[in-house]
Amino acid sequence: MKPLSRRNFLKTAGSCAGLLTVAPVTCALASGGTDVNNDELGMLYDATRCVGCKACMAACKRTNNDHGNLEPETAKFDPDGIWDAPEDLSGNTRTVIKLYKESPASWSYVKYSCMHCQKPSCVSACPVGALSKDKQTGIVSYDKTLCIGCRYCQIACPFNIPKFQWDRTMPQIVKCNFCKDTCLKEKGITACADVCPVKAIVFGKRKDLLTEARRRMKDHPGRYVDTVYGEHEVGGVNHLYLAGVPFTKLGLADLPADAPAVFSEKIHHTIYKGFIAPIALYSALCFVALRNARKQESHQAPHDGGSRKGKT
Amino acid sequence: MHHNDFQKQEGRLFTKSFFVLLALVLIGAVLIGLRFTKGLGAVSNMSDGFPWGIWLAYDVATGTAIACGGYTVAILVYIRHNMHYHPLIRSCVLTSMFGYALAGLSVMVDLGRPWNVYNFFIPSRWQLNSVMFEVAMCVMTYTLVLIIEFLPGILYSLETSEWRRLRAFANWLHPALAPDQEKLSGLIDKVRRTAGVIRPWLDKVLIFFIVLGITLPTMHQSSLGSLLLIAATKLNPLWHTGFLPLLFLVNCIYIGYSVVILESLISSYAFKRPYEVKELAGLAGIIPWLTVIWLGIVFGDLAFRHQLSAAFRLDFYSGFFLAQVLLVLAGSVLLFRARNRTSPRWLFVSAVLIVLGGALYRFNVYLIGFDPGSGWRYFPSLAELMITVSIVAFEILGYQILVKLVPVLPRIHMHGHGKPHGTHHIENKAPATKGLPDGI
Repeated sequence: MKPLSRRNFLKTAGSCAGLLTVAPVTCALASGGTDVNNDELGMLYDATRCVGCKACMAACKRTNNDHGNLEPETAKFDPDGIWDAPEDLSGNTRTVIKLYKESPASWSYVKYSCMHCQKPSCVSACPVGALSKDKQTGIVSYDKTLCIGCRYCQIACPFNIPKFQWDRTMPQIVKCNFCKDTCLKEKGITACADVCPVKAIVFGKRKDLLTEARRRMKDHPGRYVDTVYGEHEVGGVNHLYLAGVPFTKLGLADLPADAPAVFSEKIHHTIYKGFIAPIALYSALCFVALRNARKQESHQAPHDGGSRKGKT
Repeated sequence: MHHNDFQKQEGRLFTKSFFVLLALVLIGAVLIGLRFTKGLGAVSNMSDGFPWGIWLAYDVATGTAIACGGYTVAILVYIRHNMHYHPLIRSCVLTSMFGYALAGLSVMVDLGRPWNVYNFFIPSRWQLNSVMFEVAMCVMTYTLVLIIEFLPGILYSLETSEWRRLRAFANWLHPALAPDQEKLSGLIDKVRRTAGVIRPWLDKVLIFFIVLGITLPTMHQSSLGSLLLIAATKLNPLWHTGFLPLLFLVNCIYIGYSVVILESLISSYAFKRPYEVKELAGLAGIIPWLTVIWLGIVFGDLAFRHQLSAAFRLDFYSGFFLAQVLLVLAGSVLLFRARNRTSPRWLFVSAVLIVLGGALYRFNVYLIGFDPGSGWRYFPSLAELMITVSIVAFEILGYQILVKLVPVLPRIHMHGHGKPHGTHHIENKAPATKGLPDGI
């Protein structure tokens, strides 16, 4: 009788556990999109207007330079360190202008920096809240005083934006924060957008940027590919792009409209909702283990290990 | 409780393998020193595209699965109430303790800003959406629980040991340095009495820690899979699925049982003890059912997501996927035959295959199937590998020493298989076998 009831119990427990793991998956699959907040701050980069002067890169470093952060970088071709020549976003560079060359006649500049997602993966991933999204402005920023350096944000970010200082004893994560504590505070605009001579970078509320992007597309038919990159990608981002060549050629990956963070959180939260499942598991296991222990005590035979037959 | 089930391994502490392992540990210590002075980039090949390297993929994600022996055997003994596995449990808990503690150590080496780790203990900074948070908290608690689970053995030794080694050491010291004999005896007496007071009290509450030691791995082993859920656009669709937590959980259980088999076979071989074939055959009977369930989920999920054709495309990813499946499958097929389950050789072969397959699955998820975009490549640097090797060496070293100081290994006369050797002196004929990561 007893082994039978135990088996029944295990069966129930097993199916409960199974349900607990299957339920979140179905739940996550049924997930809808995130609600987009168009009042958040954002940036529109127009690749067709950019002249590649890189004033934005210089302004970014000048404005946000801090101890152990955003120092000039020397390139391989430049052993004397004459230029600040970052190859890509890095532990010293929050924004970078690159040139995509298809042919002498067809080329395009492209600017990389944090996309300030509506539902940022890095914020969802960070275990200690070192990355956070401001509720009002939507700015995703980094706090080095909290960061433990686990680099899960780098794993999580679909755009590979957060960069780590691999060569430093006391490294930080480096990413754009829309000049939250510097230029934005003083002038109400990011340094890069402030210095751009050709209005290739526009700073403002997301809804205004989308209107502006549509206006430019309408005013110049044939100049742009007919989507605004970032409007729907991974649940929508606040750094939007207009370009004359397909975005994938500019290194902006073709991404689904679902935010990975929503998928991950749905599954994780279904398992850990109210911490009920772990507590239930613990109490159930305690119940079984205590009963077994009592049984063991009641017929504590002299140790003859092999005599009790396993049922496995 | 049941201290009669276990015994100390006799023999010298300072064997040849002791010094080999110690040398490896020291090399690692130097490299770790370099990492903390010159930065992570100085010793590792990790990059912004591959921010997690072999330390995470092997030491943490795979290492803790290999250290699941304590968890899986505890399920058998305390939940399924198969007491005849009890003799195995202490060595399993010991290896789990080392596995987890050293996974924790490699995390501390891997973390960029370890001085901020205290943030985990400030509730206002908890970020409950983060899978990493759950894993970190669970692993830290579980390591503590493992130490508590192992304490009875240590307390028992403190209580009953004659402290010959310590006394010999005191005698060996220069008279000016050596402590007073009486003082030493008094001190030893005090330690003994304290241990005698704590042990019965601990025995009473131990079961609650043991059950915690079953709950916590269930949580964080599944969460180790959940960690990569958020990398939806980077992890290859062959591996990225909502079933990652379930797959990781089942995976760690069959790896756990296989490692128990390997560990028992290897320590029987190395310490010249009779093989515990009967217990191992029982474990081996469980494994193939778990792997069948696991493979069922893997392929069912692929079919559900219409990715089956990708699995057989025979490209880079499909190759590693099939390798992982075939290794697990081959080991399981061997174990389905009852005769193979009682042969130490076939047990060894199949357990190795399953551990390799299961570990490859974790590598696939953490490194091989991870594609951050074009232009990023990762292969661990020599220094990075050496740090991992030294951590594994430290694990084996600790195991070797502790089994000689504390009754950990199953008592030999309990089993009727083979005749125990008259004297169990240690020659460690197989340091090479022991050096394998699977041997932990």
